[in-house]
Amino acid sequence: MSRLLLKDVRPYGEGDPVDVLVVGEAIAEIGANLEVDADEIVHAGGAVLLPGFVDLHTHLREPGREDAETVETGSAAAALGGYTAVFAMANTDPVADNAVIVEHVWRRGREVGLVDVHPVGAVTVGLKGEKLAELGTMRRSAAEVRIFSDDGHCVHDPLIMRRALEYTKSFGGVVAQHAEEPRLTVGAQAHEGANAARLGLAGWPAPAEEAIVARDCLLAGHTGGTLHICHVSTSGTADILRWWKSRKTAGSVSAEVTPHHLLLTDDRLETYDPVNKVNPPLRTDADVMALREALADGTVDCVATDHAPHAAQDKDCEWAAAKPGMLGLQTALGIVVRTMVRPGLLDWRGVARVMSERPAEIAGLADQGRPVAAGEPANLVLVDPDAEWTVRGAELASLGENSPFDGMQLPGRVVATLLRGRLTAHEGKVRR
Amino acid sequence: MRHLLSTEGLDAATATSVLDTADTLKQTLLGREVKKLPTLRGRTVVTLFYENSTRTRVSFEVAGKWMSADVINVSASSSSVNKGESLRDTALTLAAAGADCVIMRHPASGAAHRLAGWLDEVGTQVVNAGDGMHEHPTQALLDAATLRERLGELAGRRIAIVGDLLHSRVARSNVHLLRTLGAEVVLVAPPTLVPAGADQWGAEVRHDLDPELPKLDAVMMLRVQAERMHGGFFPSAREYSIAYGLNQARLDKLPEHAVVLHPGPMLRGMEIAPAVADSPRAAITQQVSNGVHVRMAVLYHLLAGEELSA
Repeated sequence: MSRLLLKDVRPYGEGDPVDVLVVGEAIAEIGANLEVDADEIVHAGGAVLLPGFVDLHTHLREPGREDAETVETGSAAAALGGYTAVFAMANTDPVADNAVIVEHVWRRGREVGLVDVHPVGAVTVGLKGEKLAELGTMRRSAAEVRIFSDDGHCVHDPLIMRRALEYTKSFGGVVAQHAEEPRLTVGAQAHEGANAARLGLAGWPAPAEEAIVARDCLLAGHTGGTLHICHVSTSGTADILRWWKSRKTAGSVSAEVTPHHLLLTDDRLETYDPVNKVNPPLRTDADVMALREALADGTVDCVATDHAPHAAQDKDCEWAAAKPGMLGLQTALGIVVRTMVRPGLLDWRGVARVMSERPAEIAGLADQGRPVAAGEPANLVLVDPDAEWTVRGAELASLGENSPFDGMQLPGRVVATLLRGRLTAHEGKVRR
Repeated sequence: MRHLLSTEGLDAATATSVLDTADTLKQTLLGREVKKLPTLRGRTVVTLFYENSTRTRVSFEVAGKWMSADVINVSASSSSVNKGESLRDTALTLAAAGADCVIMRHPASGAAHRLAGWLDEVGTQVVNAGDGMHEHPTQALLDAATLRERLGELAGRRIAIVGDLLHSRVARSNVHLLRTLGAEVVLVAPPTLVPAGADQWGAEVRHDLDPELPKLDAVMMLRVQAERMHGGFFPSAREYSIAYGLNQARLDKLPEHAVVLHPGPMLRGMEIAPAVADSPRAAITQQVSNGVHVRMAVLYHLLAGEELSA
């Protein structure tokens, strides 16, 4: 079995540096100045060691738009961003609403081998919101789908949503909702507020998200189903989640926030550059602050990237024609450090919680988000907390270059990522 | 900046200079049999229209031709746009073919800003002839020219903009320009047609037209843009007309010197009564006429004279 020695690491950023010996797929030993033989030694210089990150919300674009991203390029971006597992959303072309497509994505992930790729199955056939997809068949497929989402579209029919929450209970499924009441967002292009009004962009009002979140929390409570709210973007949604979690009731509700909703506001609309176009839209400073607070106090469970690569022609156009979405896998940690760690809202245990442990729990992954301890799976990420780096969109591993953080300096750099004991990324390069 | 993309940010000195130039051009051409100045000889101006338009496109075309520019009209329905060509590629094609200035109307807000970004590198100038719900700066300039003719200086004047504010690029451009020129602006519309945040535009927002009328120096009626409306913004055309239509009774409540404007096309009987539209108090045809001179002035400032600042 391979033996990898990580020298001078600080698990969770705590205490004096120690050495970590990884043998095969697991952590074998943790101690000061380990004198052991190893096939490879990584000198970490006091870097923070955390469980590998888990992203519940990634768009890999394969099948159908391999010019924007593939399982391979997305996996590379994930490994470089510190991820050891990602959930690939179902809005591919064709839609991942059946066992054939989800098995294809899952198999491609295995072949690439840089990160565990878990396909998300569509809730409804063709993401149309009309008829439940074969959820149980996808669950029983080789891909063992557990999370279902029509992301990009809201499951807006309350009866279909109720049935999805009820039906998935039988096999422990999670319904991940893109909360957007479609009647309130017809033609919407940007957060409904002063900036959109001045710039002549049709508004996406906050209650369009909040109304669906409130409704679905009530449905989860009523059915006992398991609900996950995708990309929370408003302070009102945080309030609703806080209220729901304060109640003792059946059902389960979790929620994610994206890095971009923790940092950027609709002030970015000014240039009409579609790199800032995303759904749900960038909101106000008050929303950003509320989301940071909600993530810190656990109201919002985790960070998910909504990594959404697009081909150049789908972004280098007028705002209305541009596709929504932005890159996220390689910049997520830096933004979490900037918005949560540096201001003192989260420590490194908190980062482990929101980027690894909670997402793994929500997804039911037994071997991810585990403690950094002897005997545990070696799905790990090493982070240099002091490194500052400048994002270069063209140098990111994704095929798309649509990063709003291009040119931005971010703190906290991924030094290395380990998937089941094997280095998948080291010093900014993918290891195959 | 070397383009005219919006009136937001257009400073008073530049705006006044354009209006003065328009006035000079108007006086120069007044009574001339041959309306032709050699100013833009050898310059190529392209009108690129992604939306149907009669008055704006013709106005720009006439303006260019009276300045002796070579004017080429491109409409989306009869160009490579119809074959799926992107806006960026169309723009670069026009620039490569020698366009000195592209005058564009586009249904997407911000499209003119994007166009200017792509054409900055090659030195082609851009005039925004209306972008989605954002701005229509030359309409605001021609409205200001018309108001100056009727009222004199605009500083201290109180002007109402009435109707579909939500979808109106004309309203946005006029709010910015009129305020820059020192006028007080009051916006009047049902709450469903007032955009969120309009109270931050520096204009008063009102929902009842009648109390405003005696205080006004001018009233600008807006077109109700049914084609942009998804869902009922008001119960019926009849109810809208009763509450916000400019009829004879309302005209009579305006001070005698007050002027009525409408950017057209008008929905007669709903937005404005025919007798009001055709009354001497209305300056609607004068707006069209001034449009040519204002657009000549804009082309002059961009292509021959000093640079515009917005």
